[in-house]
Amino acid sequence: MDNHLFSVGMTKTDAAVQTLSDINPDVVLESYSLNITTVKGFEVFMESLKRRFSQKSGQKSGVDLVLSCVDNYEARMVVNQACNELGQTWMESGVSEDAVSGHIQLLVPGETACFACAPPLVVASGVDERTLKREGVCAASLPTTMGVVAGLLVQNALKYLLKFGYVSPYLGYNSLKDFFPTMEMRPNPQCSNNACIERQKEYLQTKPARDAAAKAKLEAESSKTEGPLHMDNEWNISVVDDSEMDTLNSCGVSGALPEGLIHELPTAEKYHESLVTEEAKTVEDDLEELQRQLDALNAS
Amino acid sequence: MEGWDPSTKSALTQIPLLSTRAGPRDGAAWTQRLKEEYRALIAYTTMNKSHDNDWFRISAANPEGTRWSGTCWYVHNLRRYEFALQFDIPVTYPATAPEIELPQLDGKTHKMYRGGKICLTVHFKPLWAKNCPRFGIAHALCLGLAPWLAAEVPILVDSGVLKHKDDESTSAES
Repeated sequence: MDNHLFSVGMTKTDAAVQTLSDINPDVVLESYSLNITTVKGFEVFMESLKRRFSQKSGQKSGVDLVLSCVDNYEARMVVNQACNELGQTWMESGVSEDAVSGHIQLLVPGETACFACAPPLVVASGVDERTLKREGVCAASLPTTMGVVAGLLVQNALKYLLKFGYVSPYLGYNSLKDFFPTMEMRPNPQCSNNACIERQKEYLQTKPARDAAAKAKLEAESSKTEGPLHMDNEWNISVVDDSEMDTLNSCGVSGALPEGLIHELPTAEKYHESLVTEEAKTVEDDLEELQRQLDALNAS
Repeated sequence: MEGWDPSTKSALTQIPLLSTRAGPRDGAAWTQRLKEEYRALIAYTTMNKSHDNDWFRISAANPEGTRWSGTCWYVHNLRRYEFALQFDIPVTYPATAPEIELPQLDGKTHKMYRGGKICLTVHFKPLWAKNCPRFGIAHALCLGLAPWLAAEVPILVDSGVLKHKDDESTSAES
């Protein structure tokens, strides 16, 4: 969270609590001021999420929704880690380093891409960074962009919590062209985050139940208009389920390649790190012995 | 790696690569990773000394090896500028790199985040991400901190923001 509206001389979390309780004294607010990327900070962060305010039984997390409003990649990865481990739905928000674009993203562990599934790319904007940098910080800052993105985030959170409208899975904001791209991102089966892979497996296991529920709902709706839509089907056109399409497609792809062609990338869903076997497995040394060696080098 | 000077490149190739993808919460796997970190740091420090290019001291500040501290220095116009150096191993390590801090320089340069964290976004983070989990602390010092010092210290000294400690002791007491 980065905010210049609050008063000087107190942590911004305490300042936020003060301002928010002035607006609505009925809301119970808790403030934590800590670095969540350290081992200790992470534990406190996890505990704060697990405390059961709403007594949701059978769930690891005690909160309805986490909104991430941090200003760096490391902290985002930590929020991602915590939410993947807890199966906690969260929304990520951010403004680009050049301060002229931003995004919000809904992350449902196992169901949508997690933050580690698709690593961010460093994109060159073609503008000299020095013209954008602000004194004291290593990135540009434009409050209007932040205001727009914050508004989009809160609107999406309200839609999610109060169940109205369409909850955007991803909404980008390019302020230079007023372009708002949207998209959906499936989880990466090769994601480097183990908790994400576990959530993906769980999501796949519950697929039959979800399909049955969706089918029942569909049938309940279509039972009013029973009967075929068209009396004849000259071209044998049929509606195929998405999952059936996937199996059909993969059959075609996995077939033998024409002579002289090879797959450049591994076909396995899980990427095995072949490097492991080569050298570092020879590290059998005692940890204390290694510490002594480094200390000796440091002393000389 | 285009745009890197030949000596950094050759130093980099001689630092042993790591292989265990483990962070501070991974128990025995973290101990294994820690051994690899030590091996790389020992090799890098030894190499620096043998090339007469010794420029840092670093050691674990707690038994778990999750917090590190030490010093680093840079020689500019034949004078040595030394800084305290510290960082935590993030819980998401090695997916995210350690955020190297030089607390004494906090607020003195805009190539820095609050708390004295040096800015690594452009020159180092993409390299780290591409080479995960093979890069470790030694690589972060070689490719993250060393180029930062080489770029920033001369500017800070020449602009008068940073004073040598010999000059500072006289002016500070006046």
